[in-house]
Amino acid sequence: MKTFKIGGVHPAENKFSADQAIEVFELPKQVSIPIGQSLGAPSKAIVAKGDVVKVGQLIAKGEAFISSNIHSSVSGKVLKVDDVLDQSGYRKTSVIITVEGDEWEESIDRSKELKKDISLSKEEIVKKVHEMGIVGLGGATFPSHVKLMVPQGKKADVLIINGVECEPYLTADHRLMLEKADEMMVGIQVLMKGLEVDRAIIGIENNKPDAIEHLKTIAQKYQGIEVEALKVQYPQGGEKQLIDALIGRQVPSGKLPIEVGAVVNNVGTAFAVYEAVQKNKPLFERVVTVTGKSLSKPGNYMVRVGTSINELIEKAGGIPEDTAKIVSGGPMMGKALNGIDIPVVKGTSGVLLFKENEAKRIEPTNCIRCGKCITVCPMGLEPVLIAQYSEAEMYENVEAESALDCIECGSCQYTCPAARPLLDYIRLGKFRVGQIIRNRSKK
Amino acid sequence: MNDVIIYAVISLGLIGAVSAVILYFVAQKFKVIEDPKIDLAEEALPAANCGGCGYPGCRGFAEALVKSANEKQSIDGFNCPVGGNDVMAAVAGILGLIAEEKEPQIAVIRCSGSSENAPKKVNYDGPATCAFAHNLSSGESGCPYGCLGCGDCVAACDFDAIYMDEETGFPIVKDNCVACGACVIACPRNIIELRNKGKKDRRIFVSCINEEKGGPAKKNCQVACIGCGKCFKVCPFEAITMNNNLAYIDYEKCKLCRKCVLECPTGAIHELNFPPKKDKPTEPAELAEPKVIKAETKEENNKE
Repeated sequence: MKTFKIGGVHPAENKFSADQAIEVFELPKQVSIPIGQSLGAPSKAIVAKGDVVKVGQLIAKGEAFISSNIHSSVSGKVLKVDDVLDQSGYRKTSVIITVEGDEWEESIDRSKELKKDISLSKEEIVKKVHEMGIVGLGGATFPSHVKLMVPQGKKADVLIINGVECEPYLTADHRLMLEKADEMMVGIQVLMKGLEVDRAIIGIENNKPDAIEHLKTIAQKYQGIEVEALKVQYPQGGEKQLIDALIGRQVPSGKLPIEVGAVVNNVGTAFAVYEAVQKNKPLFERVVTVTGKSLSKPGNYMVRVGTSINELIEKAGGIPEDTAKIVSGGPMMGKALNGIDIPVVKGTSGVLLFKENEAKRIEPTNCIRCGKCITVCPMGLEPVLIAQYSEAEMYENVEAESALDCIECGSCQYTCPAARPLLDYIRLGKFRVGQIIRNRSKK
Repeated sequence: MNDVIIYAVISLGLIGAVSAVILYFVAQKFKVIEDPKIDLAEEALPAANCGGCGYPGCRGFAEALVKSANEKQSIDGFNCPVGGNDVMAAVAGILGLIAEEKEPQIAVIRCSGSSENAPKKVNYDGPATCAFAHNLSSGESGCPYGCLGCGDCVAACDFDAIYMDEETGFPIVKDNCVACGACVIACPRNIIELRNKGKKDRRIFVSCINEEKGGPAKKNCQVACIGCGKCFKVCPFEAITMNNNLAYIDYEKCKLCRKCVLECPTGAIHELNFPPKKDKPTEPAELAEPKVIKAETKEENNKE
C-alpha cells in the first residue's frame, strides 16, 4: 500500500465521532464573523452597524490577490464591527450580527437536487471561486482561486484531492466523503475544468474503508477520477507528503506543488466548490468535529461560520469537569484556545477537549541523541539540530538547516523520548529567520 | 651523547634564526598602522562590551569615535550609556574634542500587569521565553499588550539590573540600570522604554501600553490605561498625548507636577521616588489610588 517515503508517525487514532452523521447545527442567536479568515491580506469590512444582512451576503471584501471574500452566515442586523478574541488569542476585527430569521440571498440555489452539468468556462469558474470566498478547508485556509490560477510557464497535469484526514480524532472529512460523495465528485470535476487537467486522484487512508469503498463505486460514474487507498501514516495530509505518496513526485524545497505539475485540494474544498459554482452558495458553513475522550456526545456538525465554539461544546454534552485544554483543530497541529467564546471560522476543522492527563506537558529532560526525531521528520530535516541552534540563538545556522521547509507537523516532538520541546524551538527559529530575511530584503 | 645535544642545539638555532629573519620582513611588509588614540579611547571606556552604544563592543565604539573625530572633528551623536557623561568627557579629552552633555536614562517597564492586577485566565505551558509566548497567544491574563513574565529582559541584561519579582511574576528595574537598551530589544511586546532618569531620580510615566478600548482593557487588567483622557486635560505643560486609547507622557516636557497621577482613575500613571505627600487631603488620592512604587531597588538591596 502506498505512503510517503520519508519519516512519519502513527499516533493513536481515537476517531470517536466516525459513526456520527453530520448534523445541521441550529442557528445561533448571534455570530461574530472575523473578517480575516484566510492566509494573506485581511479583507475589508463593507457593512456597518445597523445594516440588515441576508444569509450569503458579502460583508467583507478581499482586495489583495491573496485574500478572500467573507459572507454573512446568517440573516439579521449588524450589531457592531468590533474586535473579538479569535483562535490566535488576539483580538481581530469581526462583524457581529444579531440573528433574525433565516432569510437567504435569492441567488442561492437551495434545492437538494444534484446539478451535474458544468456550464461555466475555466475563467468563470476561477472568478466564481474567488467571489464565493472559497479557501482551502484542510486547515491552512489558502485562498482557492489562487491555486486555480496556474502561473505562466507551468502546467498542471493532475489534481490531487486530500481525503486523508491524518489528524487523530477528526472525522469531519470522513463524514463528508460518506454523505456528500456525489456533490464532491462534481466539485472535483469543476476543479479539473478550472485547472484544465483530465486526471484527479482522491487519496484516502485505509482506516476509512467505508469511505474508500463508497467513493470507488461512485467514482466509476465520473470520468478521470481515481480513488487510492493509502497506508495510515501521519502527516500524510501535508500536500508535499500526499503528492509523494500518490504520484511519487518530490516538491523541491521552497517551491509550490505546481512545480511538479500537481495541485492539491481538500475534500471539503471540493464540496465547497460544488456549492459555489453549481449552486451559487458562498462559503459560510462547514463541517466541524467536536470530540474528546470524556465528552459525552462527540459529533460532526454543519456549522455556520461565526458560531461560538461554546455553543458547539454545549451541544456535544457540555464541558466535562476534567477538561484541561481546548484545542481548535487536531491534536497534532491544532491550537490551544484562550477561551471558549471564540467563533468558528472557515479553517476550524474540529474542536477537541483534552483531559488533564492528556493536556499535561511532560517535563523535558536532556537529549539522549537517539535520532528518533530525524527518523520521523517527513521533510528530511534534523529537528534536534534546528531546535538546538534556535535555543542558542544561532539563527544563521537555523536558516542553513532549511528550517523554513518545516511543515510544523509535530512528529519530532511527538516521538521524542526525552519530551524535548523541539517544534516549539523550531517555530521560534522559523519566526526569527523570517524576520531576518525580511530585514535583509529591505536593505 | 654530547653530539646529539650539540647537533640539536645548532640545527634548532639555525631554524630559529632563519625564521626570525623571515618573520621580521613579513611583519614589516604587512604592518597594520593603527591610530594609537583607539587604544587610549578603548581604555577610557567601561569595557562592558554591552553594545548599548550601537557598536560591537567597546573596541568597535572606540574605532568609530576616532574615525568620526578624524573625519568630522566632532563626536556628537555618540554616547556610551554605561559610562555616561564622565566617560564621554574623558574620551573627548583624549581626542581633543568636547562631548555633548546627555541626560542619563533608565529602562522603564510600561506595564503593571502583575498576577494581582491582571489575574491569570489561562495557563501557558510552552517554553518559558517571551518571544515564543508572544507568538502563541495574547498571554495568560488575556491582555495582548502586557508583560508575559517569562523574563527575556532579565536574560538579556548584562548588568544584573533587572530581576523577576517571584511574588508578582513581573520584572523590576534596579537603580544600577545603565540604559544599554538590551532589554528594550529583547522584549517582544516593546513594553520597555528608555526614559530620562529625571531630577533626583523622580519619574512619572504611564505604566501601560494597551491600545484597546477602555472596556476590554479594564476587563483584563485593573490598572490598565483606559484612554479616558483625564490626564491629557489636566496636564498644564502639554506633555501628555493621547493616541489609540493610550496616554503617553513626554519625558522632555513633563515637569513632574504629579497632577496626572492624582487624576488617573485606574492608577495606570506611576510616580517613582517622590517623597510621600503630607499636606494634601486624602480624599482625591484615595479615589485615585495611585500606585506608588517606592524605591523598590533599595528594598532589593536590603534583601541581598
